[in-house]
Order: sequence, then C-alpha cells, then structure tokens
Amino acid sequence: MIYSDKVMEHFGNPRNVGVLDDADGIGEVGNPVCGDVMKITIKVDDDRIEDIRFQTLGCGAAIATSSIVTEMAKGMTLEEAVAITKNQVAEELDGLPPAKMHCSVLATDGLKVAVDDYLVKHGREPIAGEVKSADPDFDPHEDEDDHDAEAAS
Amino acid sequence: MDTTVYLDYAATTPTDQRVVEAMLPFFTERYGNANSLYRLGRDAARALEGAREQVASSIGAAAPEEVFFTSGGTESDNTALIGLATAGGRSSGHVIVSEFEHHAVLEPAAWLGKHGFEVTELAPRPDGAVHPDDLAAALRDDTVLVSVMHGNNEIGTVQPIAELARVTHERGALFHTDAAQTLGKIDLDVVALGVDAASFSGHKVYGPKGTGALYLKRGVRLAPYLMGGGQESRRRSGTQNVAGNVGFATALALMDAERQAEVPRLTALRDRLVERLTGAIEFAQLNAADAPERLPHIANFVIPGVEGEAMLLHLDAAGIAVSTGSACSSGSLKPSHVLLSIGCPVEFAHGSLRVSLGRFTTEANVDYLVEQLVPIVDRLRSMNPLYAKTVAALRGATH
Ligand SMILES: Cc1ncc(COP(=O)(O)O)c(C=O)c1O
Ligand code: FES
Repeated sequence: MIYSDKVMEHFGNPRNVGVLDDADGIGEVGNPVCGDVMKITIKVDDDRIEDIRFQTLGCGAAIATSSIVTEMAKGMTLEEAVAITKNQVAEELDGLPPAKMHCSVLATDGLKVAVDDYLVKHGREPIAGEVKSADPDFDPHEDEDDHDAEAAS
Repeated sequence: MDTTVYLDYAATTPTDQRVVEAMLPFFTERYGNANSLYRLGRDAARALEGAREQVASSIGAAAPEEVFFTSGGTESDNTALIGLATAGGRSSGHVIVSEFEHHAVLEPAAWLGKHGFEVTELAPRPDGAVHPDDLAAALRDDTVLVSVMHGNNEIGTVQPIAELARVTHERGALFHTDAAQTLGKIDLDVVALGVDAASFSGHKVYGPKGTGALYLKRGVRLAPYLMGGGQESRRRSGTQNVAGNVGFATALALMDAERQAEVPRLTALRDRLVERLTGAIEFAQLNAADAPERLPHIANFVIPGVEGEAMLLHLDAAGIAVSTGSACSSGSLKPSHVLLSIGCPVEFAHGSLRVSLGRFTTEANVDYLVEQLVPIVDRLRSMNPLYAKTVAALRGATH
C-alpha cells in the first residue's frame, strides 16, 4: 500500500487546519471507536464558503483527504460543496489505495454536515441528503472486506 | 533508502555482514544439491548438517535430527499446527492456541477449526502473559495440541513455557511454542522448556529472510506439510536451502557469542527509552508494563489521542522506522488483536507504537526517536477534534 506524492504532501503540510471561532456551520462526523473523527467549521457569505478549517484524528489518508477537501471547497457555493464526491477527492490526490478509499468519505461527509448545519441554523432546508457518518454508531469500516489480514511481524 | 534510524528489529533485521560472507560460496562454488551422492553434493550435505548441529546446539536439542529446516517462522508454525494435529490420520480433537499468537499460528488453527477440530483461543491476562492456571482450566480430555508463543512479537512479553508445557503434558496433549521472537535474544533451551515442538525464524536473528527451522522432539509424530522428494527425513520435502541455512546457523552462533553482553545493553537502552518517552509525552504508557517477564528489545506504547499510522508516517519523514499496532497502517482496518487481547481499549490500540531495538541501536538513536516524536504527537493532538475530551477522560480516570 503506497500513498501518492500528493497524499504525502497534504499529509505533511495540511491546509486549513484548526477551528473557526465564529463559524457559521459545524460538521462533526465519524466514529471515535474506529479511529476516524473529523470536524469541519465554515464561514459562509452569500451562499459561498468563504473560509474553512478542519481537525482530523485519523490515518494519513484521512488527514490528506480532509486537507484537500478544504482546499476544493473554499470559494465554492454551498450546492457545489455538497456535491463533492469521494472519487473526486481521491482523483484530486492522484489516487488513494483501495483500502483507504473510505477515509475520503469522512471529509466529504464532514463538509455536507457543516453546510446543512449552516442552512438549518438559518431556518432553511438542508440540501446534503443522508450522511451516514454523522450517525454516532456508524462504522466507516463496516462495509469493507476484512480479508486482508493484519500485517503482523 | 534514506532510513537512518531503524527501530523495527522485531519485524526483521539486516543480515549481518559476517553471515553474508559465510553464505556466499554456496551460491557459486559450493552449489551442490545436498541430496546428491557425488562430491559437490556431499560437500553441500556436510555444510547443511553442520548448520543443523549448530541450530540444535543453540536451542539445546538432544540431537541434530530433532531440527529440520523450513522456509521460516510461518512455515514452521503452519507445519506444527496442522502436522501435529493431523498426525497419524487424526481428523478431530481439541486444539488450544493463545489469542495473541502470530497469525502464522492463528490462521492454521482456524483452518483446523473448519476441518473437524475444535479450537479454543485462550486469552492472556492484562499483564500480557498467558497463565498456566488459565490453560489448565481450558484443557480437556480430548485436547490434542496446545500452542502458546514464547515471546510476543508486539508487546514483548515472555510466557512461562515450562509451566504451560507441564500442565499440557499432565493432560496428555502435545505442546508447541512459536519462538521466533525469543531465539537468540534470551536463553532458550527446548529440553528445559519441555516442549514437543518449537518454531524459529532466521531473519529475526540477523540471518537471511526465508530461513528457519522446526524443532521436533524425538518420537513425536508429524504429518508432513510439504510432500515430495522426502528431504529432511521425509518431514519437509524440497531441495534444501544450503546457503540460507548456513547463514541462519552462522547468525545464531553470533547471537550466542554476543548474547551475554547484548542482553544487558539492550535492556538498558529499552529502559532509557521507556523512561524518556513516557516522561516526555503526557499520558504515554508502556503496554503490558506489569508483565512477569519481557524481552529486552521490544517496547510497545500507547499514546492516547493520536492515530498510529499518522505518527508512523511523520516519523518516517524524520528518517525513523518503527511500527504501530494500528490497523490503518497495515492494510487491515482492525486494531492489533494482541493489544485488544490484553484489554487495551480500541481507541488507544489505534495509537500504539512498537519500538524494537537491536544490534546496531545506540543511545543516540533512542534519544533521537523521543526528540522527534514529541512535536509529532503535539501536532497530531492539536489536530484531533476529540483531544480535549480524551484528556478529560484520562484525568478523570486518574483522580
Ligand atoms: C512470533 C512470530 N511468529 C512467526 C513469524 C513469521 O516468521 P517468518 O517471517 O519467518 O515467516 C514472525 C515474524 O514475522 C513472528 O514474529
Ligand atoms: S482513518 Fe481508519 S483507515 Fe483511514
């Protein structure tokens, strides 16, 4: 399992790390028991994402995908932001190892929850649709085959 | 290859230069098949038998014939589990393995479970050791085989094998131990341990990868796992790896010659590491710290609030090679079965770090690791949205 240079670059120098104190929308997703947790805060102006920060507890791919999603989303309209898919995230990073594809779901879901949080707070309808990882019992690993045995040595 | 500080000796070791030199003639000049009758063959056979004698004497076997060569720890474990359980055409019975065995034991045990045998996975205690009382309680009249590892590869705890083997024999079952991590590292004598079979691996002792041996006490029956030309007294077919086995034996002789000085040196380095790392990183803890006996060269830490793979990648960028029990880094998504088996909470098992020391480790290496790790942990914790909660929980637990 090898990460692309771009994944390693974002992992080593993640963009937009932190929390916006005066956030308009907050998205917290993931399941601490499996090790993946992400929090996104956004500033919204005229239905565009004006500023964005993230915090992530997770593997290299989780951190890199969080970082690239914040870069992609900055400046986007809310509709554009919730339409970002995990495959687009992976492409933007020059690919992710198959076992790591699910990590990018966390980042796109975090963004969706943050956008809906903003909309609902302003008395508007949510637009992101169902977000699985906002469910506290959701385990992002449960869909995976676990046939690849743990590499112990 | 810009890794400068290698601290993963439990994963593998560099082949010692003296070992490489001992092996070289067997690739080009002394290339005979050890089973051929002519001079080249006899020369290879003599070298192979010399290697066997060396391994037998290192492990305290009663006779060289009790040692046969394999392709390493994995093959030895698979052969022992399946070959001992199914010896004499047996197709049912009860097998006990500990929960924190290497997968090279767990997987063949699971295979036996699907092919007529009943398998019990015995839990170690939170101190990181398998206790004889617990084994005694798990043994049954129909138990045919027990396998408990000598030294655990992740947390470095040493099991009371002599006691475990005695309890097993009282109930008439066979006892196998996976000694891949203890061979050469601490004193090891198969007769004193009283085991029927033991697995060894060459690449953990500065020998070549793909080499190893299985000790099988005289008189113990084994169904061969590899069948063919009947080499190794019919117990393991296949043209013997003469160069590899010579290398393995040479490596073991060096381990024996250097052990008396190496054990205290590594123990001091390990203790320095434990003291500095747990002193420099808040909430960091040594896993299985209460173990009755531990290997001198392995220390496994839990570092709450960080994820293992992220830690490992940052250390790699600093030129340090270590390992983590976190699932995410190893391609599997489950945290270490070893840490879970000793009661480590799942979220902490994701933040574990295994440091293993060896022949070329210096104090400066250990200090460099701690120095590099401190800012990495700070940085990852500052990026962790749950860290404040983790700290509150940890503080709550200690007050
Ligand atoms: C305890 C234990 N058993 C078995 C093995 C497998 O040995 P090998 O790599 O020689 O197949 C290892 C290491 O990989 C180990 O640490
Ligand atoms: S965080 Fe669990 S595999 Fe990426």
